[in-house]
Order: sequence, then structure tokens, then C-alpha cells
Amino acid sequence: MRVSLFVPCYTDTLFPEAAIATVRLLERLGHEVEFREEQTCCGQIHANSGYERDARRLAERFVRIFGDADVVVAPSASCVGTVRDHYERLGVAGAAELAPRVLELSELLVGRLGADDVGASFEGRVAYHPTCHSLRAIRVGDKPVRLLRKVRGLDLVDFPHADECCGFGGTFAVKNADVSAAMLADKVAALEASGADVVAATDGSCLMHIGGGLARSGSPIRALHLAEILAGTAA
Amino acid sequence: MKRFPDAAREALRDETLQRNLAHATGTIRARRLSVVSEVGDWEALREAGRAIKERTLRGLDRYLVQLEGAVERAGGQVHWARDAAEANEIVIRIAQKARATKAVKVKSLLTDEIGLNEALAARSIDAVETDFAELILQLDRDKPSHILVPAIHRNRTEIRDLFRRTLRGARDVSDDPAELAEASRVHLRRRFLAAEMGISGANFLVAETGSVVVVESEGNGRMCTTLPPLLVTVAGIEKVVPTWGDLEVFLQLLPRSSTGERMNPYTSIWTGVTAGDGPSAFHLVLVDNGRTNVLADTVGREALACIRCSACLNVCPVYERAGGHAYGSVYPGPIGAVLTPQLRGVRHVKSLPYASSLCGACFDACPVKIDIPGLLVHLRGRVVDGSHGNAEAGAMRALGRMLSSRRRYERAQRVARLGRGGKGIAARLPGPLHDWTRARELPSVPRQTFREWWRAR
Repeated sequence: MRVSLFVPCYTDTLFPEAAIATVRLLERLGHEVEFREEQTCCGQIHANSGYERDARRLAERFVRIFGDADVVVAPSASCVGTVRDHYERLGVAGAAELAPRVLELSELLVGRLGADDVGASFEGRVAYHPTCHSLRAIRVGDKPVRLLRKVRGLDLVDFPHADECCGFGGTFAVKNADVSAAMLADKVAALEASGADVVAATDGSCLMHIGGGLARSGSPIRALHLAEILAGTAA
Repeated sequence: MKRFPDAAREALRDETLQRNLAHATGTIRARRLSVVSEVGDWEALREAGRAIKERTLRGLDRYLVQLEGAVERAGGQVHWARDAAEANEIVIRIAQKARATKAVKVKSLLTDEIGLNEALAARSIDAVETDFAELILQLDRDKPSHILVPAIHRNRTEIRDLFRRTLRGARDVSDDPAELAEASRVHLRRRFLAAEMGISGANFLVAETGSVVVVESEGNGRMCTTLPPLLVTVAGIEKVVPTWGDLEVFLQLLPRSSTGERMNPYTSIWTGVTAGDGPSAFHLVLVDNGRTNVLADTVGREALACIRCSACLNVCPVYERAGGHAYGSVYPGPIGAVLTPQLRGVRHVKSLPYASSLCGACFDACPVKIDIPGLLVHLRGRVVDGSHGNAEAGAMRALGRMLSSRRRYERAQRVARLGRGGKGIAARLPGPLHDWTRARELPSVPRQTFREWWRAR
């Protein structure tokens, strides 16, 4: 399958490893990956903060760039959620037609391609944090977990209140910094008590926040994108 | 009104409050989940509840007039109040005409919203709260912090100390719940017997028969609605439901969503007056107080579908930490964050639409499927439209410009890389980076962006 890759702006700039892993994984599975270099941002920051005019301009740009793609995959549930939940509300022409073809990575792998086992290997205890937008916006269900269960060497560990928000929430993290930090502290404590070596998620933004909190508290737990784990193979 | 982030910061410092909130919301959350999961057609019920509310709000003008006619045919009187002041004045006039100076009250959010107790007290009419939690707050001159459990921020020890201080004959009461309940029962019994007037809110108003519905757990509400000779119900205009068939849906949704019970212990329904049974005079005061403004916003009006179950509060991680008082209104939590700005005007309550991480837990818990995250985003748009030229708007416009051109975006990426190793400086600067680094490390900017890797491979 020919897959057009959308890389969130912050992933492109700050966490290229997650996007690189997505490319390697899809190519390993025999798919052709294209990256349309005109792309920048889906408009989520503006759409969620009430800046509708800017959001609409970025949304229109996204639809112009990806409109003719068979399938667009993004290693980010919240960007996919923005395309699927906000573009129509913003009145973007062509959004309704494109939306169902824009998929989060686990949706593409498990939902579209029917592959639970992507042939990955990863040594370590992994706690999976289901991000709010993966769980309650685009509703990926247990697709990421089904993928992780099939990774050789990987020990999936539970932690309490896993489905509770980590406190990131985009501008919420700075506009309501104290509440955000309190939510983060609880998430970090739950992860530390779980015995995990790694926390994995579908969203680099939440991982930036959780990883930043783990690093601040001196925790050895690493924050990794789901794609980085799935791209791993036995050396 | 304090900005939400400032009020929340104070709440976070109060360790007792944090413990009380976590314990209470955690308990109700678990109970709700268990009773909701046993209903096979829960999703269909939610859909039905939402559909009824939508239909009712679209025809609100007709249903209200139908309700008025039905109440009057059943021997009640209906009054219309544009705002809080008018509503309070109507209740005072009714009391004065009946020479009533002692009132007992059913737990009611609306009368808290309009400040009825204070208005009555100013005219020497004594209104006693009879709901256990509302009584606690009244004795302590405190304000509610939760829709269903108004004194959720208080624990047993605090209540024991309050009762010892304020209730006659309760000097030796312990913090045993049964003893605390008994102390309040002795106190309230005298008030019930002396009351000349009962005051209630309404959970639902059935248009086809003019019936008022109040659900409660303690039975004290029913004492208020049956014992005094005069009964006044003060209700928001959005409380109307067309028929008893519609009511059936909500009586299934409400108890499971609010107290986490299959059925609430007391459901009182009355229609006008009945000779020789209950009050001999009944008045219904229908209050707007900003609701028609909410109705005028075709997106925002969805908030009027709320049945005040408080499920959204109990699942909200922000509410659990900030507590109810931070929302500066009798409607706290996620629903308050979308209702209060609309009732009071967005320009007066700018911080509330941002008091959420948009995690969506509220939407999933809402028994009438109010898209609270969607409404929050909508209201953020109204805040932005109403505030021009501030620093944030400028920064967001610049960001939007940068992101709408590949050339500008890639240039910004190169500039970001120049900041590699500049973390120490960022932390000392004011603004968003400072707020970020108070609790988290900044990510380091890598040597190569993804697109550079892509081009170089």
C-alpha cells in the first residue's frame, strides 16, 4: 500500500525518532511511504485554543496537500483527531471526504491492515499510557495494546488510573500550569510504582510532558513513541 | 471573580481538601461505573435523553406556555422572572402576602444561583436549608463546591466541630455519621414544625400535566414540600420536559449518573394543589437569568440540556484537583466551565473555558451526551473573538503565519536548533517556557529534523 506520512510539527522538529521509526516500520512491512514536504501542521494548536481563523487556514492547507492521498498515516492520535473532529466544524471544503482516510498508526496497522504482529522485538517492561485523544476522541480502543502484546521480549505492565489524563492538554499545560503539574505528578508516581522501564503512547505531545516530568523527578523510565517500539527488531 | 488558575493554585495547597476530594470523587466514580455497566441499553438511553432535550429546547417557548396552563388549571400560580433580582422579589412578595417569615428549603442549585437566601434574609425571612450538606454550608456560611455533594470539600471531623459549635444540644456529638445525622435531625425537626413556607427547586417540570419533580436521598425535601401550607418552586426555564414518557428516560439516567444508585430513595411529584393534602397554595417561579442568551447560541445551547447529575465533575481530573470553589459559581466542574461563561457573559468569565485539558472524560460520562470538550473549544473561540491585541493573540497569529508556509516553518526549525543547550535561559524567562519548566524538563532539540533525515536518506 502507498501510505502518505503526516508528521506532526513538533515531532518533525523535536522527536524525529518517532517519525523515522514509523517510516522504517511501514517499509519493513512492505509498504511504500511518501512524505509530502509542503506539510507543516494540522492546526490543532489553533483549533483547540479558539483561534478558528488560523486553524481553518492550516486545515485548508492540510486538505490541499493530502486531498488526493489514498491513505494518510500520522504517529499522533491528537492530530488525527483534529482532522476528523474539527475540520468539518471549521467548514473546510473536502474535509469530510478526506477525514476517513486519515489514520493513526495503530488504526492503520490493526484496523486497516489487520496486522497485530508486526514482527517487532523489544526487551523491557513497558507501561502503555492510553492518551485521551486516542481513547476518547478517535477511539482506537485496544489496537495499540494488541500490537504491543505481540512484540517479542516485551513485558507489558499495568498501572493504576492508566486512562486518566496526564495533564498535558496543549496550552493547558502552561495556562493552568499548577493543575497540569499536579496531574503529571500523579501519572509519574503511578508509572514509577509500576516497575516499568518504558512508558509508551500514541502521542509525542503527551510523551514530551510525561517524559519531562519523569526526567525532572530523576526517574530512569524512558518515554517512547509506540512506533519506536514497533520498529525495533532483534539485533 | 478570581481567575481559575489562581483559585486552583490555592486549592492545590490545601492538603485536607485534596484528600477529601480524591476520596469522595473516587468513591462516587466507582459506584457510577458499576451501576451504569449493568444497564444493557445505556447508550440508547443516553441517545434518547439527548434527543428529548434537543427537541424540548427547540420548542421551549411552546412547552413553557403549555406548562403554565397546566399548572394554573391544577390550582397553582405561575410567575415569570427575567433575572435573579426579579425572581427573588417575586418569592419575597409571595411570602409577605402570606405573612410567612419562616421557610424551609429543599436543596436547590437555582436558588443558590440567584442568591435567594440572602435576599430573603434582607427582608427578615428566615430560610433554613434542610439538605444535610446544604445545612452544613449554611451553618458555616460556606458555599457549595459540588452539584450533588455540596460539602464534598468537608470531612466528618470538620462537620463534627461545626455541629458542636453551632447546634443546640450537640456539644458532645462524635464524628460517627449516625450521630451527626441525629444531631441535624433534632435541629431540623423544630424547623419543619414551625415552617410557614416551603421552597424548592425542580429537577423536572412536566409540561403536559404541570407536575413538578424533585429527586432526593434524605426525605427532608419531601418534608418541605408537604408540611408547610405554602409551597414555592423556583426553577430554570430549561427544566421542562414535554411528557411523562420523556420523564421516564431521565428518571433512569439521573440516579445512576449522580449518586450511582439504581433508583434514588425519594422521588416527589406534585401537580398544583390538592384539597386536604399537602400545601394549600402553590407557586411556580420560572427563571431565565441568562438562559435565553445561552439558547441564542446555536452551538452553546447544548449546555442547557444538563440534568445536574454531576457525573462530569466526578470523572474530571481538573475538578478533582482544583475543587468546586475554583469555578466561582454554583455550577462547578466541566459543566460549570461551559455554563457559567454563557450565563454571565463570556467576557466576564474568560478563564473558565480553559479550565480543562480537553481529555473528554466528561463527554463519555454525560447521561445526555453533552459534548463538553467541543463546547469548551467553541467558547474559547468566543473569548478570542472578544479579546483583540493581547500578547497571546499576537503570538498565535505569528505562529499561524509561520506554520502556513513551508519556507517560514523550515526557517523556524533552524532557528530552534540555535537554541540547543539554551535550557537554562528559557527557565529563567517569564512566560510559557517558564511555566513549562517549573514541573518538567524541556525536550532537547535534536541535530536533525525528520524532514532533513528524509531528504538525506
